[in-house]
Amino acid sequence: MRKYVPKDNVQKKAYYTDRFHVVPRVPREKVIDTHFEATVFNLGEYVKDSYVEIGQLVVHIDANDNFAVLKILKEQCGYTQCSEQSAVDYLAKDGEFELFWQMLNVNEAKRVRVVCRLKEGLAIESVEPLFKSANFAEREMFDMFGIKVNNHPFLKRILMPDDWEGHPLLKTYPLFGDEFASWYEVDKIFGKEYRDIIGPENRDPGKIDIEDTKRFSRVGYEVPFGTEYNADEEVEVAYSETALVNYNKKTSKQLDERR
Amino acid sequence: MAQHQVNYASSAGLPIALTSVDKLVNWGRSNSLWPLTYGLACCAIEMMASGASRYDFDRMGTIFRASPRQADVMILAGTLSKKHSEFARRLYDQMTEPKWVISMGSCANTGGMFNTYATVQGVDRIIPVDIYLPGCAPRPETLQYAMMMLQKKIRRESADMKKNTKQDLTTQAGKRARLI
Ligand code: SF4
Repeated sequence: MRKYVPKDNVQKKAYYTDRFHVVPRVPREKVIDTHFEATVFNLGEYVKDSYVEIGQLVVHIDANDNFAVLKILKEQCGYTQCSEQSAVDYLAKDGEFELFWQMLNVNEAKRVRVVCRLKEGLAIESVEPLFKSANFAEREMFDMFGIKVNNHPFLKRILMPDDWEGHPLLKTYPLFGDEFASWYEVDKIFGKEYRDIIGPENRDPGKIDIEDTKRFSRVGYEVPFGTEYNADEEVEVAYSETALVNYNKKTSKQLDERR
Repeated sequence: MAQHQVNYASSAGLPIALTSVDKLVNWGRSNSLWPLTYGLACCAIEMMASGASRYDFDRMGTIFRASPRQADVMILAGTLSKKHSEFARRLYDQMTEPKWVISMGSCANTGGMFNTYATVQGVDRIIPVDIYLPGCAPRPETLQYAMMMLQKKIRRESADMKKNTKQDLTTQAGKRARLI
């Protein structure tokens, strides 16, 4: 099978074409004089940048320091829960992933987001020894983005099948799936030679095939199940034009144009 | 002494009922349709409701069986993901003949709102379907109606399953692809 090559890059497309449009941003506040001061002080040299966003501390670190930083946060600052961890794909813009760990201090109701940048193809250190929740989170990150995790006890796909090709949360991955994805069930159950028999996926749920007398009944002129279609037998429907629109005449619906 | 009245105007004058093998067999088949206890997504909740006391499938002779070897009907209730498609097909293959399939809900019919890479776009890509049931989710009454339609369909069929036309997995799109 041909390897899927992304033909258009979603990230390079501009979301807003209005040149006066200013992308709204959440204001960033200084850490000084907030209750996060001690946390940032504890992290010391590891902190590359830090600010407060919506009452939540954001700490930028180096990708190599993630284990040390999370260890300090857990053991010295009381952030005993890692509630979420994943990545964001910025490959087209910067050639990097942004990885984040969302930490929660239950006693003081404080949250910290630890953020780092990871170059494509590099691996990150597992934080599973500190937080058991990281086990599944890191597997999901591996599954969805293909980011390898060092020293993970069981790094295996978690949502997609084991023999899946591609990583679906990458922005270059098409929503309808690549060639491998669209034939997955046919290849797996019947084998590749069945592709011709079953045919490609129909992505338009409103599609009616008038020649298919097994799946659709012909309105106005009913034929038994499984009869061969014969265009000569087509009868003029006299009673209701509005209810019997031939959707096949138009090549595609409005939805297709928007896509 | 028991009195037995013979109506000479009907039943050929004898206290017997005449029927054909087809009718007798289909009477048995259609009145004890045992579906497989098998749910995939939210539609399965409605299927469970149909089986429970309020809608009460049991009164139609429809009793959910926990093994595909004992089941006649497969109700595909919900979203079939590509990862799971292999197992769904295996369960179908494990069911003994004769067997029928109801595709319940938009997701099973066409992929529904999950127009994505991970969902099978219609279970008829892998399993031949007898009844398509529209709705998201179809109400229990709709599933009951589908069962009744299936009973009707079975009663029209031949007792010899080889003579019955089953939907094959070939679509017109597939046929056209083969001709090219
Ligand atoms: S058709 Fe609707 S209710 Fe049924 S499985 Fe799909 S989303 Fe759920």
